[in-house]
Amino acid sequence: MDSDLSPQDKKDLDKFIKFFALKTVQVIVQARLGEKVCTRSLSSPTGSDWFNLAIKDIPEVTHEAKKALSGQLPGIGRSMCVEISLKTSEGDSMELETWCLEMNEKCDKDIKVSYTVYNRLSLLLKSLLAITRVTPAYKLSRKQGHDYVILYRIYFGEVQLTGLGEGFQTVRVGVVGTPIGTITLSCAYRTNLAFMSTRAPGEDEGAYNGVEDSQEVCTTSFSTSPPSQMGIPGKEGGIPQQVPVQPCHGAQAEHGRVSSCPPADHVPATPSSSGEGAETLSRSIEVKGVSPCDVLETTFTRKVGAFVNKPGTQVTTASLDLPFAAFAPRAYDLEENDPMVQPPESPATSSPLQGSLHSQGSGESGGPAQDDFVMVDFKPAFSKDDLLPMDLGTFYREFQNPPQLASLTIDVSSQSMAEDLDSLPEKLAVYEKNIDEFDAFVDTLQ
Amino acid sequence: MNCRSEALEVSVEGRQVDEAMLALLHTILLHRSTGKFHYKKEGTYSIGTVGTQDIDCDFIDFSFVRVSSDELDRAIRKAVGEFKDAMGNGMDGMGQISLEFYQKKKSRWPFSDECIPWEVWSIKVNVVNLANEQERQICREKVGEKLGEKVINIVEVINRHEYLPKMPTQSEVDNVFDTSLKDVQPYLYKITFQITDTLGTSVSTTMRRLIKDTLAL
Repeated sequence: MDSDLSPQDKKDLDKFIKFFALKTVQVIVQARLGEKVCTRSLSSPTGSDWFNLAIKDIPEVTHEAKKALSGQLPGIGRSMCVEISLKTSEGDSMELETWCLEMNEKCDKDIKVSYTVYNRLSLLLKSLLAITRVTPAYKLSRKQGHDYVILYRIYFGEVQLTGLGEGFQTVRVGVVGTPIGTITLSCAYRTNLAFMSTRAPGEDEGAYNGVEDSQEVCTTSFSTSPPSQMGIPGKEGGIPQQVPVQPCHGAQAEHGRVSSCPPADHVPATPSSSGEGAETLSRSIEVKGVSPCDVLETTFTRKVGAFVNKPGTQVTTASLDLPFAAFAPRAYDLEENDPMVQPPESPATSSPLQGSLHSQGSGESGGPAQDDFVMVDFKPAFSKDDLLPMDLGTFYREFQNPPQLASLTIDVSSQSMAEDLDSLPEKLAVYEKNIDEFDAFVDTLQ
Repeated sequence: MNCRSEALEVSVEGRQVDEAMLALLHTILLHRSTGKFHYKKEGTYSIGTVGTQDIDCDFIDFSFVRVSSDELDRAIRKAVGEFKDAMGNGMDGMGQISLEFYQKKKSRWPFSDECIPWEVWSIKVNVVNLANEQERQICREKVGEKLGEKVINIVEVINRHEYLPKMPTQSEVDNVFDTSLKDVQPYLYKITFQITDTLGTSVSTTMRRLIKDTLAL
């Protein structure tokens, strides 16, 4: 591969790549220091400005970069990465972006090293200057100070993007072909900046005061995985499972780190993130106080809160996508089994009037009303979901539709309108005779 | 040789026009400027150093990088100012500002020099008027995001490494580069603009759509 390249060109190319890597790191780190960068143009070259660009060299940054490279150069399979992360004053941190300088095998043999490659590397650095101001971390870095700081980490080797959460975006800064491979520069940045408390393992050994702290930081974030309960009595129905932690909005917690503990007054299940991976999450509707997270444990047990029906073991997590899902119509259940839908035999309808007014058809849950509105299973509060024949719900339903009064039904069925009218004068005569009684009655009322 | 043509489109509020145009034009010029050439006796040349500067926008949630050259900045601001005046103040309008990079080809007398463009950037601008402060605040952020996307587009195009004029000899340098500036040397460029009449239903439909995009209603 390198046989076509003259030794001088090879030497130059290596030098260019090395200094390009160092300048890349400088540009990225300086763009995240939180201050505006300003360098002067010089019409006469000083000889030390690589790529004809005035980029300051911060000694510590150069030192870190050289340490990471440890004498090697970015090459095929050996990428240089600059990771930018945010760390709050409480010690929580979150990865924001990873800038990757990589090389792939696509070679451009005909390109002139000392001229074209050099100029294109210069162009790429200018593009890097422009793009570093465009990613979301720039605005964050300009506002750093009391509440949080921006940190950087340089590493060499394999690119690691797992800390950026789900849905991270990638922007390509540019490519430069060389005779030994194509240099590519890109940035993968987190899109969801909803902050999740991610303490590094080992930082908090015993006192998990961070839960209260994380309340201030977790403004709108909800954890979709419940914290592991440490010695909470009365755990019921929980399915201890090792779940891949996927907090909402994709702020991914790494292996070995913990996901956020939801603040006590928040419901840790949100509908918005129910899209992907809902099946693998275990959720809890927690009303009681939050207990601290176990930093190192990744097992989560489900805690059942008040007002929730005791879940059977078949209740899948997928069914509890919504908050208070236990109250929602259980469409997934087989209708035949649900006593709410199929009530035990109601008292026989003894009048056609009753039959038309109420939708208790034979075994049908909706009856004629199905077309107009959705039948909501009646599930009174505090009722249990066992199949006793006379539980509260069934009781209520039965006696919601009491049979009609016998006197009324007789009247309706036996008399017709004409007969009614005929009997009217008779009735009036009777009432007139008893008019004194009626007057006395009215007086007692007043 | 074919001229490469790139189009960008932005919707901004009246007072954001200046900064939006400056941001995009300076981003392009950052990539299309080099240090000053100093030719040496043997026909080789050395190149000066280009400095850069961060600029924060006042009316847009956006920052951009430009070449550290007050002369260049003044020239661009002048052009943008003329464009803004032509667009009129306080009225919805549409306009287009073009940044054209060209090469000069010397012709024999009596013909004047030819200007052959090799790259043209057309930036279409839709100016909207917003009713209240809340909308303006949303507009600040939205336009900032849009400008970010445009910067990424510009960088994408530039990094295709398509045609660039050959590096000239000393005698030819003025045909390729603007050597009038003291500190940097951009490729020869010119900025032109045209204003579209706001009348016409197709225009208002487009504007309505763009306003909606901007405010994400």
